[in-house]
Amino acid sequence: MAMAEEKKLLITLESGEAEQPFRWSAGIYGSRFLTELRDNKRFVGIRCPKCGKVYVPPRRVCGPCFVELSELVPVSDEGEIVTYTVVSFGFVDPATGKQKPVPYGYAVIKLDGADTYLLHYVDETDPAKIRVGARVKAVFEEERTGSMLDIKHFELLER
Amino acid sequence: MEPVAIVGVGMTEMRRERKADGYADLVYEATRKALDDAGMEIGEVDNVVTVSNDFFDGRTISSMAVQDACGSYDKNVSTVEGDGTFGAAYGLMRILSGSFGTTLVCVHHKGSESRMPLITNAMFDPIYERFLGIEAITSSALQARAYMDKYGITEEQCALVSVKNHRNAFKNPFAQLPLELTVEEVMASPYIADPIKLLDCCPISDGASAVILASEERARKLDVKPVWVKGVAYCSDAYHLGDRDLSDVRALEEAARKAYAMAGIGDPARKVDLVELYDAFTYMELMWLEGLGFCARGEGGKLAASGDTAADGRLPVNASGGCLSGNPVLVAGLNRIIECALQVRGDAGERQVDGVKTAVAHGINGPCGQSHCVWVLGGEK
Repeated sequence: MAMAEEKKLLITLESGEAEQPFRWSAGIYGSRFLTELRDNKRFVGIRCPKCGKVYVPPRRVCGPCFVELSELVPVSDEGEIVTYTVVSFGFVDPATGKQKPVPYGYAVIKLDGADTYLLHYVDETDPAKIRVGARVKAVFEEERTGSMLDIKHFELLER
Repeated sequence: MEPVAIVGVGMTEMRRERKADGYADLVYEATRKALDDAGMEIGEVDNVVTVSNDFFDGRTISSMAVQDACGSYDKNVSTVEGDGTFGAAYGLMRILSGSFGTTLVCVHHKGSESRMPLITNAMFDPIYERFLGIEAITSSALQARAYMDKYGITEEQCALVSVKNHRNAFKNPFAQLPLELTVEEVMASPYIADPIKLLDCCPISDGASAVILASEERARKLDVKPVWVKGVAYCSDAYHLGDRDLSDVRALEEAARKAYAMAGIGDPARKVDLVELYDAFTYMELMWLEGLGFCARGEGGKLAASGDTAADGRLPVNASGGCLSGNPVLVAGLNRIIECALQVRGDAGERQVDGVKTAVAHGINGPCGQSHCVWVLGGEK
């Protein structure tokens, strides 16, 4: 089918800008984690009584042990990069509905005292300047609402 | 396991946008082809499994919107959310339950109809991960970096996969993106998310596919070359990306170990003649080959560079062109099974590899290969 004819004969319908809004519960431990970020700029994890692993963010169950967790423990706002990327493609930010300016640094971060990792932005857009194992520190937003975006990004402490 | 065979397969051509075809049109085309391939009529199908995803469809798939197209009207029909390899495993179990002699499994996907990054973003935890904008490409870049850094895998070794699979696609009329490339051209393509470049990525695709599984008794009544299911297993890693060692292929190793044990395969590198795996990004082919036991951990780059995985090599991998040459998500896993079945039957046309007796198909669910499904198929029961 020729392009012009195809355009005339084949119909596609737009869904429009309608959204499916949700309101997700962070749970008791998740709420504690987010309120600590918001109110005290601190990170908390939770320790498994069986394997000793410290989960960040804290949650109710250690998956591998399948036991309930309750011992909240402080973890550092500093840590190291486990892996990273520099994102170069335009992407509509689901938080704002706007395109996030590119490039931006993105990393998996192991906070000191934690055994699991957090995902977040890194303030470096040259991949040659980031390395696995590099030290980072959380930089917080002035205005905080109790979300992961209360952390502005992680600052690379060595370049 | 009681013997179960693949007795019919059908694929649509994978294309960037199949504008003239809605989901149901694609499903009907695949279903009709699978029935014709098996020499069956719809009345001989005892039950149906349809496979899709609510977000990709833009509607809840449990309402069976492809009911007419897959001939499930008035039948026992069930829906699986996820990759086709997992949907087919459910279809297989329904036969093994003893309740059904045949199962039709059909999968559809139209990547052209939605915004891929927004949907793959929805894979992630909404409290801690989703608002940070992570999606399939970013998470895969994090995994690629973790894997490459740990084992010294190079971007050139990954580029070899792009060159090989896009070239293989020239012999596959269903493929979307046959390309004649050099490693230099792949290396010169722009970074999407370092270390992943444009030519390391699969395309966005539309397509559908279907298979018909049958018990031995029912398979014997058909005039087909049955392809026997020798082993199937799956295994899943943690949900939170931050709970996983992304350089690790533990879940795949476990799935492969179980599938090989079912199939009585001790040494896959010697016993398997052909592999079709889920290469959404080039590095995945290297990692998954390690997880599937075809080389040691960290040796995937060397295996890619050895030439062994070429269509005419010792262990052809993605002789069809793989997901890099066409990736209707979810459909792509079932296509891996179909490609293996066609190769075992000797019906793979120009892309046929000589002497395929045992083939391994692989699919994934979740980000960065969170879950893996491994199928071992063979020409003999």
